[in-house]
Amino acid sequence: MASDYQTPYKGVLGWLDDRLPVINFADQHLRFYPTPKNLTYAWNFGSLAGIALVIMIVTGIVLAMHYTPHTEYAFASIQKIMRDVNYGWLLRYIHMNGASFFFIVVYIHIFRGLYYGSYKQPREVLWGLGVIILLLMMATAFMGYTLPWGQMSFWGATVITNLFSAVPVFGDEITRWLWGGFAVGNPTLQRFFSLHYLLPFLIVGAVMLHLVALHRYGSNNPTGIEPKGKQDQVPFHPYYTVKDLFGLGVFLIALSLFVFYAPNYLGHADNYIPADPLVTPAHIVPEWYFLPFYAILRAIPDKLGGVIAMFASVLVLFVLPWLDRSRVRSGKYRPIFKQFYWLLVLDVLVLGYVGAMPAEGIWIPIGRVATAYYFAYFLVILPLLGVFERPKPLPNSISDPVIKGGGQPAGAAAKPMEKA
Amino acid sequence: MKKLFAALAMAATMGLASGPAHAAEATPIPEHTWQFEGIFGTFNRASAQRGLQVYNQVCSSCHGMKYVAFRTLKDLGYSEDQVEAIAAQYTVTAGPNDQGEMYQRPAEPTDTFPSPYANRQVAMNANNGVYPPDLSVITNARPGGAEYIRALLIGYKEPPADANMSPGQYWNKYFPGHKIAMPQMLVDGAVDYQDGTQATASQMAHDVTTFLHWASNPHMEERKRMGIKVILFLIVLTGLLYAVQRKVWSDVKK
Repeated sequence: MASDYQTPYKGVLGWLDDRLPVINFADQHLRFYPTPKNLTYAWNFGSLAGIALVIMIVTGIVLAMHYTPHTEYAFASIQKIMRDVNYGWLLRYIHMNGASFFFIVVYIHIFRGLYYGSYKQPREVLWGLGVIILLLMMATAFMGYTLPWGQMSFWGATVITNLFSAVPVFGDEITRWLWGGFAVGNPTLQRFFSLHYLLPFLIVGAVMLHLVALHRYGSNNPTGIEPKGKQDQVPFHPYYTVKDLFGLGVFLIALSLFVFYAPNYLGHADNYIPADPLVTPAHIVPEWYFLPFYAILRAIPDKLGGVIAMFASVLVLFVLPWLDRSRVRSGKYRPIFKQFYWLLVLDVLVLGYVGAMPAEGIWIPIGRVATAYYFAYFLVILPLLGVFERPKPLPNSISDPVIKGGGQPAGAAAKPMEKA
Repeated sequence: MKKLFAALAMAATMGLASGPAHAAEATPIPEHTWQFEGIFGTFNRASAQRGLQVYNQVCSSCHGMKYVAFRTLKDLGYSEDQVEAIAAQYTVTAGPNDQGEMYQRPAEPTDTFPSPYANRQVAMNANNGVYPPDLSVITNARPGGAEYIRALLIGYKEPPADANMSPGQYWNKYFPGHKIAMPQMLVDGAVDYQDGTQATASQMAHDVTTFLHWASNPHMEERKRMGIKVILFLIVLTGLLYAVQRKVWSDVKK
């Protein structure tokens, strides 16, 4: 069974690496790991998301030492954390705002992938793992928001769990099973706490796989052309370690502004009112990072249809690599795609705004049009663009981004499109 | 400052954060200047102490603050003895004693501001079916925060002719729906300030709101002081990292 691995190290390091080849592994994947040299700051958000996950897990573990998952004590235990636990206010404010910043970072990461075609062959599995991470994050954040047991916690949990009652035939059974009773109550809170503690570690596992898949073909880059040799690459360390650290500094400054000077700005005042099953808040609104999905849910006049549309809006990302038929990766060389892409960004912002507004008046048609565009982008526009769009000529390589008038390199995929 | 920050926050959250807090339901809340605003904000101790007096003599007849311990009043500049004296004005239910019975005793610094009602039903029964909310985190628990609380306390008006008021309802400009179960409590001279400040309604509203904002955010001063240090440190560190990045990348041909 002995493998033929030969450690490249000497001395104590060699002794250890011979028995546990993690030093070599770290060197290969963190230090010498060849990375395209032209990555912009848009590529900072992957590592930032990883750091945000660590920040959330560390603060969350300490918060869990002081939190009580019981409907009678949850709100009070949060007040205890905020008032009496040493730096409890700091831990909680970092955790609260860290969730928002985690989503900001991940959304930018996703939109970077959408623009530069990072989901395309051969990175479909890498992309799919990312969508799994997003789904796990959404579940974790939703359950976490329930834990303070404020008004928005309770009513948010009620609204979202009630969505499952739209499932035909078994809907009510499923909902009661989720609740552990006949309404959102103590069993619900306790299982949400348990799952809120579990899911982040599943995210860690999914992130590991995400990295394994990433390192199989390496990072995409702004040209969307694979590196053609050493001249196109730099070792990860020190080039990208320092660049990621700089990005981390900017991220922490932004996070600190909220933690120290507007800690409750991104939350809802209603969540400082203890949960009361007898009093419904005027507007039940999810956290800002769910608002686009909430808008899609409400855009469909039918309950089951709305639920399906909401889940489909994330699930469609799984099949995106096969919907986008264009063989040019980077949006940089796709003049028409580019316009639809920025319209999608605007569309998601509009959906977010509509999600925060009451479902009445002008917001209903706006929400429907925005929802229609969201799905059209993935299901109609991308497949058609792959056929009809005439991409700009691609550069020969990363190091040679200057486009030379005539001849196209054999590897570049621009030509075949022109036939259509 | 506040506006600038709100604008920054909006930009940072890509404009998505315009939640229900901004969906005005009542008259716009007037701007008010507080010493606790801004990145260097602190609680005005004299104002907060007057606010405690208003709370003790007015608010506490209906409201409790079950998460605010008397001992924390030391943060507002009270001595140990003063804290004990303030606590002793309140009665709390303790026990059971050795005979297995609950009993009443004066509150101690380790107790929290008790509610005057034994339970929610008693409170609702005494107040036309409406529960006077606990005030422990009240300025965080209302859209508009301290500004809204202050405005509400002095926002009472005669109801319009077509208002159709029920008994026990009062008209308030700033309350969502305008019909509030709390009568106007702050009228000029409602308390006799120990420090000689003239107790006008707006002065009392300002003072008690300062006190309630402290009660809701007792670590605000520490938070803001730490924030300055943390952010200055991060700006220097990030600047250095940027310089290092430039240096490291200087040998890479574009």
